[in-house]
Amino acid sequence: MTLRLRDLIKQVRQCKTAAEERDVIAKESAALRQAFKEQDGTYRHRNVAKLMYIHMLGYPTHFGQMETLKLIASAGFPEKRVGYLGLMILLDERQEVLMLVTNSLKNDLNSRNQYTVGLALCALGNICSAEMARDLAPEVERLLLSANPYLRKKAALCASRVLRKVPDMLESFMEKAPSLLEDRSHSVLLAGVQLMLDICAQQPAVAEAYRIHVPLLCKILRSLLMGGFVPDYDVGGINDPFLQVAILRLLRVLGRGSADASDAMNDVLAQVATNIDSSRNAGNAILYECVQTIMAIESIGGLRVLAVNILGRFLGNKDNNIRYVALNTLARIVGVDAQAVQRHRATVVECVKDADISIRRRALELVYALVNEGNIRTLTRELLDYLDVCDAEFKPDLANKICMLVQRYAPDKRWYIDSLLQVLVQAGAYVKDDACRALILLVVNAAQLHGYAVRTAFRTLAAHFDTAQPSLLMVATWCLGEYGDLLVGPESGKVLEGEEPVSASEADVLGLLEAVLQRPTTSPACREYVLTALAKLTTRFPSSAESIKGMIAAYRQSSQLEVQTRSVEYSRLLAFPAIGPQVLEHIPPVEESAYDASLEPSEAASAAAAQAASSASAAADLAALLGLDAGLGGLDAAPAPVAGVPAAPPAAAPSQAAAVNALSDLLAGDLLGGGGGGAAPAAAAAAADPLAGLFGAPAAPPPVPPAAGPTITAFQKGPLTVTFRLAKGATPADTDILASLSNSGAAPLEAFTLQAAVPKQMQLKLDPASAAVVPPGSTGAVTQRLHVHNTMHGQKALVMRLRISYSLGGQSVLEQGEVANFPPGF
Amino acid sequence: MTIKFVLLVNKQGQTRVAKYTDSSLTTDERRALEAEIVRKCLTRVDKQCNIVEHRNYKVVYRRYASLFFLMGIDAEENELGILEMIHCMVETLDKWFSNVCELDIMFSLDTTHHIIDEMVANGCIVETNKANALTPVQLLERVS
Repeated sequence: MTLRLRDLIKQVRQCKTAAEERDVIAKESAALRQAFKEQDGTYRHRNVAKLMYIHMLGYPTHFGQMETLKLIASAGFPEKRVGYLGLMILLDERQEVLMLVTNSLKNDLNSRNQYTVGLALCALGNICSAEMARDLAPEVERLLLSANPYLRKKAALCASRVLRKVPDMLESFMEKAPSLLEDRSHSVLLAGVQLMLDICAQQPAVAEAYRIHVPLLCKILRSLLMGGFVPDYDVGGINDPFLQVAILRLLRVLGRGSADASDAMNDVLAQVATNIDSSRNAGNAILYECVQTIMAIESIGGLRVLAVNILGRFLGNKDNNIRYVALNTLARIVGVDAQAVQRHRATVVECVKDADISIRRRALELVYALVNEGNIRTLTRELLDYLDVCDAEFKPDLANKICMLVQRYAPDKRWYIDSLLQVLVQAGAYVKDDACRALILLVVNAAQLHGYAVRTAFRTLAAHFDTAQPSLLMVATWCLGEYGDLLVGPESGKVLEGEEPVSASEADVLGLLEAVLQRPTTSPACREYVLTALAKLTTRFPSSAESIKGMIAAYRQSSQLEVQTRSVEYSRLLAFPAIGPQVLEHIPPVEESAYDASLEPSEAASAAAAQAASSASAAADLAALLGLDAGLGGLDAAPAPVAGVPAAPPAAAPSQAAAVNALSDLLAGDLLGGGGGGAAPAAAAAAADPLAGLFGAPAAPPPVPPAAGPTITAFQKGPLTVTFRLAKGATPADTDILASLSNSGAAPLEAFTLQAAVPKQMQLKLDPASAAVVPPGSTGAVTQRLHVHNTMHGQKALVMRLRISYSLGGQSVLEQGEVANFPPGF
Repeated sequence: MTIKFVLLVNKQGQTRVAKYTDSSLTTDERRALEAEIVRKCLTRVDKQCNIVEHRNYKVVYRRYASLFFLMGIDAEENELGILEMIHCMVETLDKWFSNVCELDIMFSLDTTHHIIDEMVANGCIVETNKANALTPVQLLERVS
């Protein structure tokens, strides 16, 4: 016996813990299942009501879906109503059970009881699927013209749902919708206007045909405005604000882009804008809609001034809701009338500092739209001031917005450097990497600002050492490493106008860098940066070279692999005084386009491939670099003679300089990319495209690292070869397989599908192939990913059965094969 | 320009009524969404505005004693209008239950749903007149 709904609610309320609640629900669900199995009809509606309650608490209720259908089919109104409620709440339109309800809905739509029809319309309006919409559209269409206003309004809203699901039924509803505007009932009018809005949204061309109704709409609006007190739909002295809002919205859609229609509505809009009482929320809702309409249509200048003034009043309002909508509207019209919005700039900037996050967000969006070359300095200062005090959850947004604004509108490079460093100091943790890279790029390319940049970086880092975030550390150490000589040498005196001189000695700079290295919170990536900076400084500070070498060597035993690699590599490099200075020379100016290209991984990869193929010099670089790399590698392994470098491959002698360049590219690539990637792919990328590699090496690794895992040939027959590249997934039991398909024949393999099956102790997930056609003579052009989870990993080896079908020259081919040659460990 | 969902939540953040017209959400997603929204809205103080942006929804909410009424809308909808609509809905419930409280809504979940259905359908406002909205509910009460 199941509980009464009331008792169930009481029991749930008495539960003290979530576990208790789960128990009660589990027990009741079991009882309900039993009751449903017994086909108990008397308590069915009570049981479904309980299901609704259980569903609301967030527990599964799918087992009761059929019961709602039974209730809907029953004759009594109360049962039907609970049934429809259950239908709307427990089911959604994806469920196939829904198909079964179509017939009951059809019967109910034809019922003589208006409330039964109303229920059916309401349910259909909330959950109908495309199939149901198609089947039941004639009924809805008929009810749209029913004599009963209760049904007309519901049918109109149901119709808009039907149209959303089946747009091709638009024709038949299109002509009927405007007839609802003649209605006397407010709710039918409202529903009719909403239906017309929906139709126009679906099919913008219809707006053209609906423009003839503008005078009628204006008449209705005017009568709402001027008519006397109507108690039925009055809200605080305003006659049916909901209908007024809807009509204004429809006028907006109809007036947009049509001077005639806009003309026809100008008067009534002016009336609304001047007559509505703005002391009430309902009145403001209408004004808000009216302003949006005025700004969207082809209205006359005077009307626009009126609208902008209303927005000004809104912005000054004490009520936060009103200010919110004002900001919202300003953001919408900034594209139409930027001048009008600029007038409110000061207020908007104030709103960025509001206590309320909703308002701050809106205001920030707006500020972003308002910034131009003329006001960037003032606005950025305001935003930076605010960045200091705003709460943490807002900082990421704000910091990134400031970075983007500075990048876009910076009046000069010095200001750019200052502003971005300021952002890095205040909110470095939230600044994206590409903003830092862009800053470094800018510094590299601004030859006359190198000295300024390094002085500022030194000053900033020294002043904010304790709080510096990784992004600031990286930028600052990079500058110190690259231009350290300008900081301590005779150059240091040449300060720019309005800049404080910096007095720093080599020891100061090195001390600062060492402090960064030794700080326990410094991340490995930062340490890598510092080591690279130190390596560069050996040539910039010749007198301190020995102590720097000691600092670098101290990390030869670092437990962090990348840090250790750098320490060891730089130590070896510095052991060759002949090449050190060349390798560690200043980075030459970089073409921004090449840098940008390197940020797009796929483009860069293809560009790199193209360049490697076409450019002989790039190929020489590659040979030289790899040779040099191999030479260094050899030196690492054994203390070989200095001849290691000259002994590198044939190209070495003529392209000595190229090799050096390439190596400096490699260093720079590592340096700027944060050193995330391994050395080998970085070297390859840098060599293939020296410019792209300069900055983007680790950012643009080849799409799949070549050494990802073992490769096996899984299947070969006829022109088709399938190879599997294996890699371990998240756990040893998971294997990711990349199947590459090769076609050695002269004809394409069309409609290609590859399916796989595994024994039951394994689970297989098969992604779709990257293309359905394997082009002739291709190797690995088409790939497909498979993921296998072996629950008995270590006991049973991986096996797989393949089923391959394709059509070759119109003939369909079906192949099967077994893959059992997975290497041990998989 | 549609209402995506209507939620009634108490001060502790427990959902009392949930009604969705946006069918793109599964049951689990709905539950997660409710939790996120409730966490956001309930921590706000009175002088902050009644509109919160969450995911791609705008949530307009109003507090009545221990009950929060929330409506999720899209970017096109008139926020102030929805605020008024919530008030209208509360007045209607108030008229029906005479001084509506959380318990009324809990124990008459189906009636509450019925009233809301009479006022909002397919994400649009259907009826804002209290008497009109309550007539079918009244008739039903008489039948059963």
